[in-house]
Amino acid sequence: MAPVSRAVTRPMTSPGAAKVPRRRAPVAVWRWVILLLAGAYFILPLATAQRFAGLSSFSSVFTQPGFAASLWLSAQLAIMTTLITLVLMVPTTIYVHLRLPRLRRVLEGITILPIVIPPIVLILGVLQVAPLWLKASQWLLGLEYVILAMPFAYRAIDAGLRALDLKTLTEAASSLGAGWVTTLWRVLLPNLGTALMSATILIVALVLGEFTMASLDLWVTFPVWIVQFDQLDAQMSVGASLFALYATWVILLAITLVGTRQARRTGRGEVTLFTATRIQTTVSES
Amino acid sequence: MATSVITGTAKAGTSVSLRDVTRAFGQVRALDGMSLEIAPGELVALLGPSGCGKTTALRIVAGFEHADSGQVLVDGKDVSGVPAARRDMGMVFQSYSLFPNMSALDNVGFGLRMRKMGGAGRKGRALELLEMVGLADKARQYPHQLSGGQQQRVALARALAIEPRVLLLDEPLSALDAQVRVQLREQIRSLQQRLGTTTLFVTHDQEEALSMADRVGVMRAGNLEQVAGPAELYARPATAFVAEFVGTMNRVPAELAADGTVTALGTSVPVAAVKEGAATDAAPGPVDVLVRPEGLSLAAAEGGNGIVAGRTFLGAVTRVSVLLSGDAEVRVDVPSTAAAALAPGASVQVSLPPAAVLIAPRRGAGEAATVPVG
Repeated sequence: MAPVSRAVTRPMTSPGAAKVPRRRAPVAVWRWVILLLAGAYFILPLATAQRFAGLSSFSSVFTQPGFAASLWLSAQLAIMTTLITLVLMVPTTIYVHLRLPRLRRVLEGITILPIVIPPIVLILGVLQVAPLWLKASQWLLGLEYVILAMPFAYRAIDAGLRALDLKTLTEAASSLGAGWVTTLWRVLLPNLGTALMSATILIVALVLGEFTMASLDLWVTFPVWIVQFDQLDAQMSVGASLFALYATWVILLAITLVGTRQARRTGRGEVTLFTATRIQTTVSES
Repeated sequence: MATSVITGTAKAGTSVSLRDVTRAFGQVRALDGMSLEIAPGELVALLGPSGCGKTTALRIVAGFEHADSGQVLVDGKDVSGVPAARRDMGMVFQSYSLFPNMSALDNVGFGLRMRKMGGAGRKGRALELLEMVGLADKARQYPHQLSGGQQQRVALARALAIEPRVLLLDEPLSALDAQVRVQLREQIRSLQQRLGTTTLFVTHDQEEALSMADRVGVMRAGNLEQVAGPAELYARPATAFVAEFVGTMNRVPAELAADGTVTALGTSVPVAAVKEGAATDAAPGPVDVLVRPEGLSLAAAEGGNGIVAGRTFLGAVTRVSVLLSGDAEVRVDVPSTAAAALAPGASVQVSLPPAAVLIAPRRGAGEAATVPVG
């Protein structure tokens, strides 16, 4: 999972572009070789899966029992997790950057914990202590996802804030008469567009692909449904997986295009397609 | 020294005073009981090396820092408890501070929006301000489409749009290249004089301070060494530190006699009393005489007291470096027409003017340049 956050925090530049001209040709060749190998590594499984599922299974996926309900549940969870995570993490991260810069390392350490602790440990612990009413609600799962999403959201927002001269911008807004809320709303958030977009993409991808917690929490989210369905009709299940994959790609591509257009207008960093596709690979992994 | 208000668009001048302001960051005393009075409509520059506390002083006036003790009065009222957002002070920052998500026009209109000014009025006023800084044609551009100088002009327009009681400039020119810097400082000064806005300007560039300010406050180690008009500061520095920080200053080894005269380069001259009534507290013995390059005279002479080490052509004058006996080096300005005879290696005679001179404790002998002169 680590490469994903790296892809987000660092804008892609072509490595080796600044090398000595004489060595350029071999570098270019190797670049293509690596690209083709990596491409084959990713595309082959997809192509075979597509071949196994066949085209006809696509149309019938939508009519399968439980499809709509599980997809709707996953969508709800994705929205809920994104909102809660951003509302919690954006002001916190900004505050730490501005007022408690020395705590940045600590916060970075804390936010890495959900990656270090296996989800199965987290969920078993939570199920032990959570009150019954919360266990009966899908909110519990949403709140668990907030914890899981924290590392990704924090890194994306942190990278966005580093690219801004946060102190000067807030002081400029303040000297012009803007309060804390206005500064956040009119000055900081619009300039964090790319970072928020990255965070959103990561969170949505995470929630749409998460299996362990959902299944132990006894919720039939879309990934859980796919696995359950797999036992009934493997072909259909693979068709559903592929559908999910393609649908997410289209959504991510749309977000990327919108984000890049806006970023170009204000001259800020860009949401690259590369970032988006890299995130997608995480989804298929989990 | 209030500047006349020509357009009268600004609020009738505001006075600012800092009274015994102290601020420490851990062990470091950034400000150590600093006091400063700024008259309505005046432009005061705080000049000093980095770490002298000048930026801290400005930030305390702006409300971004608080003072540990002391007061900041604006029009006689203590503003210590007033948050920055309600101090009505326009500020231009050292780093580019325009909001990247807004066009130049929206940036300038931001403060007006915060003051609940309606869309049409706001746009009109913002355009007016952009026109004032000569950027009306860039109204629709975003900050990343503007050059550094243009960005700082928009930032100036943005700060002035709210008709601030006080304008605060925190090294606004230091990120710009030399030519733009000179143009912009003239523009800032003429706007400031036209609007009559009381202005506090922080810089480490003495040329900037001397060319723009009504008065310059030279700061050192958290306090003001001297506050005076540029001409006075240059001609009658109150301390050795000011003398050497402002302009170019030579140190010539000399002997102070008990009668208050000092002998250097074979001439005995009186010591200048800078502060009225202040006694010369330097003890008789070895001292340095402080003298500007234009204050020394130079003539080619066989067997003179110095040897020409180098020349720098500066236009009308040429600055000649002369190596004196005893390893001291002085710089002397001579008319460029006379400099031709002073090739490196030539023997020359350097002499002191007959007028009274400033002295400082001999460098290297005890603490250098801390004792006030005169």
